[in-house]
Amino acid sequence: MAGTGVTWLGTPAFPRAARGALADTQLRRNLRKATHTIRDKRAAAVAELADWERLRRAGAAIKDSVLANLDVHLERLEAAVTARGGVVHWARDADEANAIILRLVRAAGADEVVKVKSMATAEIGLNEALAEGGVRAVETDLAELIVQLGRDRPSHILVPAIHRNRAEIREIFRREMPSASPGLTDDPRELADAARHHLRLKFLSARVAVSGANFAVADTGSVVVVESEGNGRMCLTLPETLITVMGIEKVVPTWRDLEVFLQLLPRSSTAERMNPYTSVWTGVTPGDGPRQFHLVLLDNGRTDTLADEVGRQALRCIRCSACLNSCPVYERTGGQAYGSVYPGPIGAILTPQLLGDLSHPQPASLPYASSLCGACFEVCPVRIDIPRVLVHLRSRVVDARGGRSPEAAAMAALAWIMRDPGRFEAAQRAGSLARLLARQGRISRLPWPGSRWTSARDVPAPPRESFRAWWRRNRG
Amino acid sequence: MRVALFATCLTDTLFPGTAIAATRLLERLGCRVEFPLDQTCCGQMHLNTGYREHAADLAERYAAIFAGYDAVVAPSGSCVAMVREFHQDLVASPSRNGAVRHTYELSEFLVDVLGVTDVGAYFPHRVTYHPTCHSLRAIGVGDRPLRLLSSVRGLDLVALPEAETCCGFGGTFAVKNADVSTAMLADKMRCVAETGAEVLTAGDNSCLMHIGGGLSRLRVGVRTVHLAEILASTEEEPWRAPA
Repeated sequence: MAGTGVTWLGTPAFPRAARGALADTQLRRNLRKATHTIRDKRAAAVAELADWERLRRAGAAIKDSVLANLDVHLERLEAAVTARGGVVHWARDADEANAIILRLVRAAGADEVVKVKSMATAEIGLNEALAEGGVRAVETDLAELIVQLGRDRPSHILVPAIHRNRAEIREIFRREMPSASPGLTDDPRELADAARHHLRLKFLSARVAVSGANFAVADTGSVVVVESEGNGRMCLTLPETLITVMGIEKVVPTWRDLEVFLQLLPRSSTAERMNPYTSVWTGVTPGDGPRQFHLVLLDNGRTDTLADEVGRQALRCIRCSACLNSCPVYERTGGQAYGSVYPGPIGAILTPQLLGDLSHPQPASLPYASSLCGACFEVCPVRIDIPRVLVHLRSRVVDARGGRSPEAAAMAALAWIMRDPGRFEAAQRAGSLARLLARQGRISRLPWPGSRWTSARDVPAPPRESFRAWWRRNRG
Repeated sequence: MRVALFATCLTDTLFPGTAIAATRLLERLGCRVEFPLDQTCCGQMHLNTGYREHAADLAERYAAIFAGYDAVVAPSGSCVAMVREFHQDLVASPSRNGAVRHTYELSEFLVDVLGVTDVGAYFPHRVTYHPTCHSLRAIGVGDRPLRLLSSVRGLDLVALPEAETCCGFGGTFAVKNADVSTAMLADKMRCVAETGAEVLTAGDNSCLMHIGGGLSRLRVGVRTVHLAEILASTEEEPWRAPA
């Protein structure tokens, strides 16, 4: 079943969305600084481990094995969670998941929930769905809170407010946070203190928390959330009811498997040797933590993605963001241009697959939002060959279009020429005439679609003779 | 050794000087170079734009044309990456994949197969080298081009800042996402200009056409020259700009 949610309605196709982002000079500077800093730190953290490459291979192998037997692992997980007093719900898509969660929140008698940073709940648009049902969702991750208060959209998987600098954050806090002092400066410590004060009130009053999950261990039914601030742990321990939304691909069979990912994830995402706050819980424990635990297992396009032999490796993703931080396209456009909660290289392969719709212009533009430079594959901790999946999805986009486009006609004509050396040489001779357009060996203006090249780049004047003509004269 | 030159469609058509240089260089090093005239294109542009069936036709042609040689040498990391990474999936008969295994990028062939790093070249210019993404990350040529360049007499080799960052070419990406491509190009040109080099070299004419097109448009005063042309240049027959 195809996923719903995932993309933001109304976002234009990537080239147009990117144009706006490229013109935002503040955004460009914020992004360049942030991505270069984390990129360098990650490289240093990874270089410390002699067995990094073997860890990556282990991570990829574990995920592939889980995906090959997903049904078995999920049913084991369900049995283990249920045995420890948790309740497991199955959601086919965003609407089903949102309806389940709203029902649970209402049953708990709450009109406000505190949230742990979570991609799955962003993917299904939970906050908006809860708001429609009269329930306020309060983001407690600092960056997520900045996005929420600024009525903004996230631009990064790990740091959703990466596109904002300190001065912009101060403005948002002063405007939107009732408890913020009017004299608030852009000192990071003061900003963190203001957020802490604001959130502490929420933690102490909330009866329901909603989280995502980084992993769940099928053997014991234990769920794992990995975070840096401790705000997640507040949500996971203080409220009476905890609702966790988890993509079905997040299950791992054993604690030994989990150990591999707890090495791969922090070094790849925050360049830390060990993750600061790793919360693990198993069902409910009387007298300690939430009294009710619900686990919502979310499909939302994942089983469809699993059916694609090349594309399914996207489901190995552990949401570290290393591919975003290393991507030269992401560095210049930021995440919002991708029109989805999953931006960057992983978003370009995950979003269209979760949606299952490669005919709509917006998701269809995402596999093309890459120069195929391969920097993402090089840093991916679970070895997702993103360039290969991008190329594969491009052919799915073309197939979905059914061969009816000017581009398809041009490509067919070019292939017809390339299939025959005689035609190829005739085309070379014809093209050579374009040198009449050249001044000082270069052409600076071509008609459309060549104008898309010459808008910023000259074209070298075609030579009088091709190489094959030279060869025939000199070596033939 | 029967060595076939795979010129690539772009170099054959727009940059014949590179293929002429590769021919002369390989002959100087004792190879018997052949250029099968049936060759056209490896299919990369079609595959990377989403036209897999057209790419498969061209991959089949490539396999048939180059099957009988000891080695196929191409002056392009990108086209070699296409052959090595994708042709196996595109060519129906596995028995025709001999060409895939024996296809080398020029610097790989010189260093690994011929075992030379000093090819007797002379190029008295200040040069910086851009490692193209596919040569760097897809086929892993490593420092082979730099070892070759370091042995060229008269050549003043300067390191390129942020060398491993993509220049923004990316095939049809350069026109489909022209704005992002141009933003990436601007940063690459800034790094090139910082080196004070008069020549930017690389192992791919596609990336060089993109960066060179930008440098030329802005009259930066840096020209692009393919690695093969630098290595073919000697005191007796020095490199000359295309007419």
